[in-house]
Amino acid sequence: MRVPYSWLREYCDPELPAEELAERLVMTGTEVERVEVVGPPRPDNFVVGKVTEAVQHPDADRLRVCTVEVGDGGPRTIVCGAPNVAAGQTVAVALPGARMPGGEKLRKAKLRGVASEGMILAADELEIGDDHEGTLVLDDALAVGTPLSQVIPLAEPVFEIEVTPNRSDCFGVFGVAREVHAVTAAPLGAEPWAQDAPAKGEGSVEDYAKVTVEVPDLCPRFTVRVLKGVKIGPSPLWLQERLAAAGQRPISNVVDITNYVMLLTAQPLHAYDLDEVPGGELIVRTARAGERMTTLDGTERELDPEVVLVCDRDQPSGIAGLMGGQVSEVSDQTTEVLLEAANWNGSNILQTSRKLGLRSEASARFEKQLHPDLTLRAQAIACKLMVELCGATLVPGTIDVAAPEPSARTLRLRGARVTAILGMEIAQGDQVGYLERLGFGVEVAGADLAVTVPADRYYDVTREIDLIEEVGRLHGFDRNLAATLPNVGEGKVGRLNRTQRLRRRAEDELRDLGFDQVVGWSFTDPGQAGRLRIEEPDERADPILVANPLSDEGAAMRTTLLGSLLDVAARNLARGREAVALFEAGAVYLRGAPPESGGPLAGDFPGNTPAPVTEPHRYGALAVGPPAPRSWRGGGEPADFFALKGVLEALAAGLGCPPLAFEPAVEPFLHPGRSAAVSVGGAPLGWLGEVHPLVCRTWDLPAAVGFEIDAAPLLAAATLGEEEFEDVTTFPVIRQDLAIVAPVDVSYAQVRDAVTAGGGDLLQRVELFDRYEGTQVGEGKVSLALRLEFGAPDRTLADEEVSALRAAIATGLEALGAVIRGAGGEDHGGET
Amino acid sequence: MLEQIEKIRVAATEAITAASSSAALEELRVRYLGRKAELTQILRGIADLPPEERGPVGGAANKARKELEALIAASAERLDAAELDAKLVADRVDVTMPGAPPRPLGHQHLIARTTRLIEDIMVGLGYEVAEGPEIEHDYYNFTALNHPEGHPARMLQDTFYVQSHPDVLLRTHTSPMQVRAMETQRPPIFIVIPGKVYRRDSDATHSPMFHQMEGLAIAEGLTLADLRGTLLALSRALFGDTREVRLRPHYFPFTEPSVEVDVSCFQCEGTGVLPDGGRCNLCKGQGWIEILGAGMVDPNVLGFVKENGYDPEQVQGFAFGLGIERVAMLRHSIPDLRRFFDNDVRMLEQFS
Repeated sequence: MRVPYSWLREYCDPELPAEELAERLVMTGTEVERVEVVGPPRPDNFVVGKVTEAVQHPDADRLRVCTVEVGDGGPRTIVCGAPNVAAGQTVAVALPGARMPGGEKLRKAKLRGVASEGMILAADELEIGDDHEGTLVLDDALAVGTPLSQVIPLAEPVFEIEVTPNRSDCFGVFGVAREVHAVTAAPLGAEPWAQDAPAKGEGSVEDYAKVTVEVPDLCPRFTVRVLKGVKIGPSPLWLQERLAAAGQRPISNVVDITNYVMLLTAQPLHAYDLDEVPGGELIVRTARAGERMTTLDGTERELDPEVVLVCDRDQPSGIAGLMGGQVSEVSDQTTEVLLEAANWNGSNILQTSRKLGLRSEASARFEKQLHPDLTLRAQAIACKLMVELCGATLVPGTIDVAAPEPSARTLRLRGARVTAILGMEIAQGDQVGYLERLGFGVEVAGADLAVTVPADRYYDVTREIDLIEEVGRLHGFDRNLAATLPNVGEGKVGRLNRTQRLRRRAEDELRDLGFDQVVGWSFTDPGQAGRLRIEEPDERADPILVANPLSDEGAAMRTTLLGSLLDVAARNLARGREAVALFEAGAVYLRGAPPESGGPLAGDFPGNTPAPVTEPHRYGALAVGPPAPRSWRGGGEPADFFALKGVLEALAAGLGCPPLAFEPAVEPFLHPGRSAAVSVGGAPLGWLGEVHPLVCRTWDLPAAVGFEIDAAPLLAAATLGEEEFEDVTTFPVIRQDLAIVAPVDVSYAQVRDAVTAGGGDLLQRVELFDRYEGTQVGEGKVSLALRLEFGAPDRTLADEEVSALRAAIATGLEALGAVIRGAGGEDHGGET
Repeated sequence: MLEQIEKIRVAATEAITAASSSAALEELRVRYLGRKAELTQILRGIADLPPEERGPVGGAANKARKELEALIAASAERLDAAELDAKLVADRVDVTMPGAPPRPLGHQHLIARTTRLIEDIMVGLGYEVAEGPEIEHDYYNFTALNHPEGHPARMLQDTFYVQSHPDVLLRTHTSPMQVRAMETQRPPIFIVIPGKVYRRDSDATHSPMFHQMEGLAIAEGLTLADLRGTLLALSRALFGDTREVRLRPHYFPFTEPSVEVDVSCFQCEGTGVLPDGGRCNLCKGQGWIEILGAGMVDPNVLGFVKENGYDPEQVQGFAFGLGIERVAMLRHSIPDLRRFFDNDVRMLEQFS
């Protein structure tokens, strides 16, 4: 909402510089986004002049050489390009030294050889309207030499106000003026609708017009007046200037008046050419299913039965509250005007506006829900102006089809409650003053107030708390308000819960294991699943879709972290990076009801209603290229399956989880021979593996390896922070190396489990330190070198005990077709 | 005989002390203490001496032998160390070669770091941390936060909806969790809620996805002054101990009174002017920087959870919503919101 200061001052003049007033408004809840100066930055050197002579320029067809009196001695010569300039005209003149809008200084100049001492101004040069074609012709009654600023506002400060949805009253200049009155206590002028227009026409409005409202709940009030003898023409300069400064293009007097009144009162109006409304009959009804109409913007629109129309006898003539139709628009030929001021159901207007993708100055106001009383206020001002400015005669009477008016609202404002909510005292006298200046009716009732809400604030102020806000904001939350800290409760401290602490730990570990944390987009394009080779019925191929995405790239919610990680990796490699190690801690979004346990990480959130979908929190990691840089001492091998497996195991170990289990498993986006399903204590966690070369190719990556695991089961298995002391043994351990030759299709896990089973409790450690496959062990065989560590907490083991265990291990291995080869080295180690 | 022993001792001591290598020392050991050495011979011949000489000679010879043995051992140690040093000196490396790179550490994302920072400040003020779903029911995102159906306040935030589920949306703020938390926890409640939020908007200062930190405090007797004090503490912890906060009345559907909160500019100390006389670019010469929206929780919101102990006549409180990226941008001079989601490792590596 643009509010020109001169217009505002007509109703309330706080006698403050515009910037200072803006600051006062901002600090009391009216958001002034900026103060813009319209027109020349300073009024100096702009005067009223009279053209005494205008002759053709000798050397330029389009220029005229004018002689202009400006009241400061001799006439001046001004070269002018306007085609309509003529001797006898009273015009606006900028003299050398004037600052034009935009800031440049006007100088004497020679135009095609003729010296020009100033400029005869067109409307656009003063930023009133966009007319550049013609000289701005002023009233002949104006004295030559009058400062132009006495004719029209120059250097006009305009407040650009962001009106919050609760304050429909501030969509009108008078509403803002009342706010200024409340804030500054400067006197407020009479309400501009206080005096109605004289109705001197013949007959009565019912002789000319008829209104039927079929949907009173959607149209609480519909008022119509008729004006005859209307002379369509341009509006007077002051009106044009105000509209232009307020951001409305001046069109013609009748249309300008409807806009002006809307900007003043917040109540939109619509003027019809009565001759184009058959029988003067208007019908308010809802659209029929599939009904179509062409709106003023030339678009044909399909409507539905929730859209309210204003129709004439034959056809729709406008969409209620949104936009008129072309049929009965006011034109230059119009002589009789049917003036509508209606009240609409705000929710319905909002809904229709969104549905049709159509917004207008009118709908922006109606959708906030205006009070039905505003209609007659607007009628009064508009008719008065039509009479004054268009030579119109008002036909007596108003057609007023109104549903029962909302009953007056009186609220109790408890003095104690004001202090209790705000934490500051506001004297009762101040409260009364603030509320009365805002237009509320106030009666003191002891420490409390009985407050009656005015129509302008009817839908905004409905409860005591709304009044507390009013008195509070005018009193100010700045210097008056203490800064205290609440007591959070006896015996209470703030803290993270255990899961939250574990989450931080897990992220820290991934970081310390060499991974950069990324935050990927939650949305992706619906084709991502396909690029990951995921196919139905895999739930990850069926993402949750966004109904109204900004683009296709944001049309689907991600079902994996892998997609985001590949995107980030690819982007970084495209920028010249050779290697990346990335991790993300974040949610994926899966269809279906969330689990009923597992906490927020699993998607089980607090609240009476479960979340609409499942949002498991996950850890995803992806490495491309070497995790550690190559140096002159070697290294620099690209990360592979085992590199990431080590990271994942370290993550789990750092959280105090039991060892993770890995089983060969196939994921469509992974290398089928180098991928595993990961679990902990039997609970599935996710996958680990090298990314399928075809997927890498799609993302233009040389190779990649990663994992994606659910945070909830991982952290549920964590024992970090719950450790119990275990005594360390002082007895020496016995270390033995074991060379095992096993069939190649026997997994290491099988061998390890056989060794562990055979070794029993006394086998404290098993470590694989070499693996060999080749001619020396024979085809189809693999040699595994294991270091075993035996020990007991209460004694030194005898060699015989270890030999027995070794034999048991050998027996277990035999069942797998594996044998122990040769005698391993033996070593009596020190303390563990 | 005694004189002879003393002569041997002196000569040997001199020679051993002067020995310059382990080999030379070994030679001296053989010469003075070996089987054929004079001293050895003397000791062997003691039996042949007259009885009155045996004692003194044997004693002197043994003493000399022990003394020389000790001296040889000490010299051996000295010479071994010197020889090892000589060997080590020869075995030197080029100390200017680069060190072996350890496995590099990764980096925490600035959003995660800033989230923790704010959480920790609020934990210090006695708050707990809660989290809610990003895909939400309309009820929690709007209705229960006093945005009734058809209310223009719903237009304030352009919302992403889930296809074929008109009542399911991507939450536009972390506020829905206010209601979820109050449904499950009776007052008093002091929580912060970090998380991703979504709005249908994209430019240098708007991202369709960003992060918020919600604060909610409900108890008996909380006031707007408590909100001011809390935000002052938070602002000082985030932006410096000399910061001030300014509450500007505003409108949010789920708080009343509502305020927008400015913090005094930490670049120009709230003056709007830089030391060089130029206009402060951070606060655009205003001296204040808008950081968040807040207010007293609207009684209508409490009304939705009244039966769980939130009767607005009994308890009241405040809520605030802080943009996490906004804080990070201010603290680290980051020019464009979208940089956070670009994840360029050259940027990630700037923040540990």
